[in-house]
Amino acid sequence: MDFGRISRRHLLQGSAALALGSTLGIRGAAAAETTVGFIYVGSRDDYGYNQAHAQGAAAVKKLPGIKVVEEEKVPETDAVEKTIESMVNLDGATLLFPTSFGYYNPHVVKMAAKFPKLHFEHCGGLWTDKDPKNAGSYFGYIDEAQYISGIVAGYSTKSGKLGFVAAKPIPQVLRNINAFTLGARLANPKATTQVIFTGDWSMPVKEAEATNSLIDQGVDVLTCHVDGPKTMVENAARRGAMVCGYHVNQSPLAPKAYLTGAEWNWEALYPKFVKMIVAGEAIPNFYRGGLKEEIVKVSPYGEMVSAEARKHADDVKAKFMSGEFTIFKGPLVDNKGKTVIASGTDRGQQDPELEKMDYLVEGVIGATA
Amino acid sequence: MADASLGLWTVPLAVFGGAIRVSTPFLFVSLGECITERSGRINLGLEGTLVMGAMSAYGISYLSGSPWLGVLAAGITGALFGALHAGICSLPRVNDIAVGIALMLLGTGLAFFLGKPLIEPTAARLPAIDFGWWSDIPQVRAALRINVLFLIGVAIAPLLYWAFRTTRWGLLIRTAGESADAARAMGHSVLLIRLRATMVGGFLAGIGGSFLSLFYPGSWNEGLSSGQGITAVALVIFARWDPMLCLWASLAFGGAAALGPALQSVGVTSGYHLFNAAPYILTLAIMIITCSPKRTLTGAPAELSITR
Repeated sequence: MDFGRISRRHLLQGSAALALGSTLGIRGAAAAETTVGFIYVGSRDDYGYNQAHAQGAAAVKKLPGIKVVEEEKVPETDAVEKTIESMVNLDGATLLFPTSFGYYNPHVVKMAAKFPKLHFEHCGGLWTDKDPKNAGSYFGYIDEAQYISGIVAGYSTKSGKLGFVAAKPIPQVLRNINAFTLGARLANPKATTQVIFTGDWSMPVKEAEATNSLIDQGVDVLTCHVDGPKTMVENAARRGAMVCGYHVNQSPLAPKAYLTGAEWNWEALYPKFVKMIVAGEAIPNFYRGGLKEEIVKVSPYGEMVSAEARKHADDVKAKFMSGEFTIFKGPLVDNKGKTVIASGTDRGQQDPELEKMDYLVEGVIGATA
Repeated sequence: MADASLGLWTVPLAVFGGAIRVSTPFLFVSLGECITERSGRINLGLEGTLVMGAMSAYGISYLSGSPWLGVLAAGITGALFGALHAGICSLPRVNDIAVGIALMLLGTGLAFFLGKPLIEPTAARLPAIDFGWWSDIPQVRAALRINVLFLIGVAIAPLLYWAFRTTRWGLLIRTAGESADAARAMGHSVLLIRLRATMVGGFLAGIGGSFLSLFYPGSWNEGLSSGQGITAVALVIFARWDPMLCLWASLAFGGAAALGPALQSVGVTSGYHLFNAAPYILTLAIMIITCSPKRTLTGAPAELSITR
């Protein structure tokens, strides 16, 4: 099915005259309704990152007068530019959601400059004043939810050793590792987080090996930041370790081992964005939010979570909801002993410095390179 | 034990455990390809067969509740793919490598398409046999939880080695691979021999796929194989078409795949990309050491389209 569509698109692109013709035709017909394009880097139902976005797209589909086009497994190369061009030229999309981190620079920036009248909403990118005004980047402070997971993990671990299976050392991943660790050390000051980088977003065999290696090291609570947490969750549960989920709720996979998890809430955000565009309102170019703004959420606690852990986690969650809690505040020391945030400095969630994070905090065992 | 950690000892243990856990798909695919190539054909499509096997095993295990039925289904799917490859290659002037690439794309594409609804559900898994009962170290026990498929694969290797040398069927396959004319002169149909050899090869590759989805990593998703099938086909050349060497090469690849994560877990964190690339560096190194400009690859069947 997908193959048929792609090859047809490329065929049409190959023939300039034909492409022009269908552009005019489809645009004329689509004038009455708004077409929204979603682009995913992986499979739409991966129990993880892409599924969370696809759930958001499904919520957009329910809006009246909106047509949704989707393409999955688009690599972070100029392939995404071709996908954007065909969504614009052939489907008449006027609002695009390229949802993977690596799409932004240079691909989305280039496309936004090429199509100045259309809207590009990119997930995870770092929009700056130099970028086109019709491009925007949104992201959720999922590290708030990771911090809550960390607190629960800190209470639940018996060995004091936590494990983190991560894909690549980019700022968003490091931020999650650090928030998880800081949360855990709030509950248990001696807790450490051992991190293993697999090198890519979807490497099931490596993720399974990383999970086993961590458990061999005495780790008894694991979490992850990869595209599909299913492998880690199932393999950890088989070895009798506890897990905190990521992206979406994985508790059906391991009901006994699942403590809690950090989830996206795109089903709330995407319809809001689409309504704003249809109403002619401008979406801020740099759009961020956490638990309070309902962009992220925390999975319901599993049965193994103690009353003490629940209470502490709920207290901190309430502080996030009222906007009075800061995760990254000085003095903060990295795991090489260097002070990364000076005493007295509070780096609030909106602080762009945090999106350049290149360190692992004290308590994390691992290195960024 | 007061401390559950083994420190640096986890690295050799993880490499050992990894050799057992990760090697099985390599082993089945390379043994299957070994049979096919010995008969004079290259089936590059085994990557597609592996993924189809993984998907169909997961699907059948999920629907029937019996993982062993899933393994059987994976084998049958693989044999059908083998029959398709051999059938197309039986036509005159068809290049087996090109057909293999086409089947690789067909297999992965079809598996992703049919496997869409299988990503979310959890299927019944193959059981493991606990060989670590004698140890009270949990890490050792975990490394020694071995699946029966691995043991079957290990048993098939010497069996094939013996069969190639001493049985009538082994001789026929080798004759078809070394000299098609000789086989014809003896009154045998080369195409039929190759059809059977490719089907058996596909059967084994399909079973290798069922190990991926039903035992380790143990669920179906689209990144599951990430090129293991094609690596295993290359392993056959690397192993000089010798089933016993296929076994050792598969074990080495499995162990090398475990090296990257294991080193990171004990705190060797620099250069993890390099350690993750260990299996490929290992291949290159051995290829360079063993190659010679003065002779062709020893053990290569003479009828293969790459040696002819």
